[in-house]
Amino acid sequence: MTTIDATARPTGFLRDTASVFVRESRPLVRDPFSVIFSLVQPLVFLGLFGPLLIGASGGDAAGTLQWFVPGILVMVALFGTASTGANLLFEMQTGSHERTLVAPLSRSALLVGRALKEVVPLVIQGTIVVLVAVPFGFSLDVPGLVAGLAVLAVFGIGFGALSYTLALACRNRDWMFWMVHQTLLFPLMILSGMLLPLEDGPAWMQVAAAINPLSYIVGAERALLAGDFGAPAVIGGVIAAAVTCAIGVVVGVRAMKRAR
Amino acid sequence: MARKTAGMTNQMISAQGLTKTFPAKGKVVEAVRSVDLEVGAGELVAFLGPNGAGKSTTLRMLTTLLPPTSGDAIVAGSDIRRDPAGVRRRIGYVGQGSSGGHTQRVRDELHAQGSFYGMGRRETRARAAELIESLELGQVAGRQVQSLSGGQKRRLDIALGLIHRPELLFLDEPSTGLDPHSRANLWEHIVDLRRETGTTIFLTTHYLDEADQLAERVMVMDHGQVIADDTAWALKESLAGDRVSLTFETAADAAAAAARIGGAASGQVVTVTAPGGDRALPRYIRSLGDAGLDVTAATHRQPTLDDVFLALTGRTLREEAAHAEASAEPALA
Repeated sequence: MTTIDATARPTGFLRDTASVFVRESRPLVRDPFSVIFSLVQPLVFLGLFGPLLIGASGGDAAGTLQWFVPGILVMVALFGTASTGANLLFEMQTGSHERTLVAPLSRSALLVGRALKEVVPLVIQGTIVVLVAVPFGFSLDVPGLVAGLAVLAVFGIGFGALSYTLALACRNRDWMFWMVHQTLLFPLMILSGMLLPLEDGPAWMQVAAAINPLSYIVGAERALLAGDFGAPAVIGGVIAAAVTCAIGVVVGVRAMKRAR
Repeated sequence: MARKTAGMTNQMISAQGLTKTFPAKGKVVEAVRSVDLEVGAGELVAFLGPNGAGKSTTLRMLTTLLPPTSGDAIVAGSDIRRDPAGVRRRIGYVGQGSSGGHTQRVRDELHAQGSFYGMGRRETRARAAELIESLELGQVAGRQVQSLSGGQKRRLDIALGLIHRPELLFLDEPSTGLDPHSRANLWEHIVDLRRETGTTIFLTTHYLDEADQLAERVMVMDHGQVIADDTAWALKESLAGDRVSLTFETAADAAAAAARIGGAASGQVVTVTAPGGDRALPRYIRSLGDAGLDVTAATHRQPTLDDVFLALTGRTLREEAAHAEASAEPALA
């Protein structure tokens, strides 16, 4: 048998990040159905909550969808990336995370590569949600959608990184991961004005929404998907996404460097 | 106890004073206490000891997974503190768990592993194909890791550990949880690997027979310290000796015989530890017969590593295994 050359060579952060990203993305490519499957929840909201909202608003379906669909997109980004840490948690328990820690990979790349992967399902799912809403009267603005998905992608990288951080902190305590996940997720969702407008809520709720970065992202998505690039809400959303991303990556990289 | 090594030039592992302490419940637990070890290129060393002895913690320090509290080690030519990346590039590591991602396919994981080690695409693919063949993973190469049997998962773990042809392979409890057939099969692969490539292998185990049959050198660890280090044969010869047991007609005969040959009587049976027990046995029968003490049955048993552990610690590893099932080592918590 001829000997096949196989030697480890030094790599840099970018190469390592690409290696981790490719590994994390492969199951999505191999089994694209899993991406569609996790769309069930947002589509249920769209299909069952949407009509109620249209009825309650007394307005026309198209106008209500124009308001509601951007919220569903943010929901896709929020739910998809919030639970992604569970994958890492599982890999920490089985031993495949340990394998990557013994490999000569940069610790930062282990986190960043994983977080970047979040963009892939997010963009696919967001596009599907919008396309589903179009026959029901949602008017599609393509540049707006591209910009909206870009803002969501930046947010998703950061929120995914925070989910990985939570997993690294919880180690083998699954219950803790899911408790924090559940405790934070629904308040974040409701206090963002994603499903129902908060303008009619009590003052404390409006204060809570004002400090919730997600409200700014929802606002920006509503403006961007309507093609209104100049709206002040866009700047707020871009800043909120960028800040989430920066905090998530910094905190996540720190946690990964300490990981054992 | 300290084993002389063949010079410092061709060392794969050289550790001095490796120590790891963990805080636990307000106290400081010393998991590993000042371990020195030298392993030369091409050796196959078994690290034997009960659960919680500090084997895995030592291994995790040598593989850069855990920084030592104090002490130093050079592993495969690089310092574990100053150049962990250099160590990582040169060693392969198969941990206690299953190292393939559950939703990943077998071949994909091998390709990912190659890229983790900075290997080129063509090189990785060729090497993965080679490992899939040699570790008999061809049937499952396109399947998800979670659908594999325990033995198949373990073979994948080994393949992942070997993707970059490491000079030194660490195996942490490689056959734990496998059925006897899969264990035997796994060992065949490890022995083949060593014969074909001369890879240095450092493994932990609490299976006595495994250490006995496969390793040329056994290091016994207990309470965070290396308490013996030699070939299995020399350990047994020097620490345990052969067991000879002789049965007599009456307990009185047995007691008299025990007094003459310096053994221990229990009922009609006398046991005595003797080096070269196979040669001692006929001598005992003859001399005791001459004294009117007739031996009705006799057995001779070669010592096991469990006898060695018993001689060293006063405990047996089999008891320890039964006790320690529930208590994992602190490093794994």
